[in-house]
Amino acid sequence: MLKLSKLATAVAFVVAGSAAMAGEVEVLHYWTSGGEAKSVAELKKIMQAKGHTWKDFAVAGGGGDNAATVLKSRVVSGNPPSAAQIKGPAIQEWAAEGVLANLDGTAKAEKWDSLLPKVVADVMKYKGNYVAAPVNVHRVNWMWANAAVLQKAGVSSAPKTWDEFFVAAEKVKKMGLIAVAHGGQNWQDFTTFEDVVLGVGGSKFYNDALVKLDQKALTSATMTKSLETFRKIKGYTDPASPGRDWNLATAMVIQEKAAFQFMGDWAKGEFTAAGKVPGKDYICAATPGTANSYTFNVDSFAMFKLKDSGAQKAQGDLAAAIMGTDFQEIFNLNKGSIPVRLNMNMAKFDDCAKTSAKDFVDTAKTGGLVPSVAHGMAIKPAAEGAIKDAVSQFWNDDKISVADGVKNIAKAAMQ
Amino acid sequence: MKTLENILPKLVIAPGFLIGFAFIYGFMIWNGVLSVTGSRMLPNYSEFVGLDQYVQLWDMDRWWVALTNLGIFSVLYVGGSMALGMAMAIFLDQKVRFEGVLRTVYLYPMALSFIVTGTAWKWILNPSLGLEKLMHDLGWASFHFDWLVQSDMAIYCVVIAGVWQSAGFAMALSLAGLRGIDDNIIKAAQLDGASLPRIYWRIILPILRPVVFSTVLVLSHLSIKSFDLVMALTAGGPGYATDVPATFMYVMSFTRGQIGLGAASATMMLATVAAIVVPYLYSELRAKPHDR
Repeated sequence: MLKLSKLATAVAFVVAGSAAMAGEVEVLHYWTSGGEAKSVAELKKIMQAKGHTWKDFAVAGGGGDNAATVLKSRVVSGNPPSAAQIKGPAIQEWAAEGVLANLDGTAKAEKWDSLLPKVVADVMKYKGNYVAAPVNVHRVNWMWANAAVLQKAGVSSAPKTWDEFFVAAEKVKKMGLIAVAHGGQNWQDFTTFEDVVLGVGGSKFYNDALVKLDQKALTSATMTKSLETFRKIKGYTDPASPGRDWNLATAMVIQEKAAFQFMGDWAKGEFTAAGKVPGKDYICAATPGTANSYTFNVDSFAMFKLKDSGAQKAQGDLAAAIMGTDFQEIFNLNKGSIPVRLNMNMAKFDDCAKTSAKDFVDTAKTGGLVPSVAHGMAIKPAAEGAIKDAVSQFWNDDKISVADGVKNIAKAAMQ
Repeated sequence: MKTLENILPKLVIAPGFLIGFAFIYGFMIWNGVLSVTGSRMLPNYSEFVGLDQYVQLWDMDRWWVALTNLGIFSVLYVGGSMALGMAMAIFLDQKVRFEGVLRTVYLYPMALSFIVTGTAWKWILNPSLGLEKLMHDLGWASFHFDWLVQSDMAIYCVVIAGVWQSAGFAMALSLAGLRGIDDNIIKAAQLDGASLPRIYWRIILPILRPVVFSTVLVLSHLSIKSFDLVMALTAGGPGYATDVPATFMYVMSFTRGQIGLGAASATMMLATVAAIVVPYLYSELRAKPHDR
């Protein structure tokens, strides 16, 4: 059965150039906000141009939790979609369940090995075979600021250290505006937290504490300092933040209600969709203290084993299309991320993306390139969930002392 | 012929019975089996871990928060709905004008789903959108009500929304009970010189005992399965401060890839319900001497 399906895939690639063995691709994703939805529409257009039908299977919910739930029920009932948005260690977990398709055929034909940085390619593989197609690279440690608000508050440039940041935030607060637009969901709390840890402790400390989950680092004085800084930021958020979606927080910055937001570069898609220009209307800068580091988040589509040969063909085309230069350019222009494919022409991209692309290559050499924990790139879901709980609880409950916060996080890391 | 007559009813009942059995007890057993496996993202029956999941469960702060919240919510929700509903019923029973209109108004929230209730109260209680902002806009600047975003108070917001939803239901049942009481008893008590509160406390409430009992039963099962209200109102937040066992189970099983742990928490919920229901059923099904 397995051999047959492999054969079918191989045949599918041989006839790839020739016409019309159209199939249907059903794609599960959680890109439902303005900028994201536009990006998905591009992929749909490319697939339709190749004669395939596209069945959109969008599940709302920024962190992808809802989508993961729906996906599980589909796979358990033996009816998986062609492709689903899965990333990081979760790809390996799904592959270990034996439900993912082998994409080596497409990968060889399209020379993926030479087009992808090794660190990214490794995430896409299970036991040496490609099982997922990477879409983009997001930088998570971004700080977004409304230029007009900063100007009014008398802040001349984006703060480079946390001390400078608090001075700026205080000025904004004095004007009666919200200094930090925050969406209170546990992954957003954690996005801010990992920015703080990276800014306070540097990339080596970040790796020890949050990726290797080393107890010594987790209980160190640097961690205490990080939690103190983290709590101080809370004082500059508004009380209505719990439960807010990230794009609503971005909207607050766009509408000049708030000055800063800590969020990955998908937030730029919202600015772009609102017709704002980087450098003029808004400022993008690495979060304080992290200019020489890069927290990455690579989105990808894992492909599931399918029986229908037309659908398999469409699946192969989808994988090829995702890594193709056209899609990589259009998609990432819309979404705010940078192409995962190396040596792309970045001429059409804005300054934020150019900085991001340059920093991605540079930090990969210096060791400043670290995986984002908040976005499921670093550790197993169970430990990740437990640590997120501890961090969120600390953020939301001012009665938990910093010492207890450190203790709770260290305990959660042992999951 | 005779045998067919005997068998036919059983044959007709059998499929429904079998399906019911499979879908109720079958899934309970399946859940029990899952809870002693190391299942993570998908069910996995090859890895037997014994009671490890239960040990881990009872060691989790989050589980304790969920249990405490269930306790707070159940007691206040059932008690609050009953007290408020009964009070409204007593007032309505005073032969007020427009009783029909008032009754409809009070009962109306029951027609909404908990999702709608939760979403509406989420806006009302949100300090920068709802009540607090309204009061500030009206000029009452010192007004302060931000329980929804306080970790230790948010669960009481769930109680408020829940009571708002169910008090009308308790009122309807109580009112029906009150109307069923023979006026002559009350008149007799009044002739004896009993005051109105005393009549309610000593005569009417005891007569209403069966009504109270069934209201409490319905409300308590609503409170144990409360999932949609919490999801819509707070989504378990801030942090996990308003988690209840049902939301805990959902998060562990479906979003965090710890199906074994989720199954263990589901078993604990089943045990809790069984601890309440089994003694009740036992006392009900036991033949009562005076019923014969």
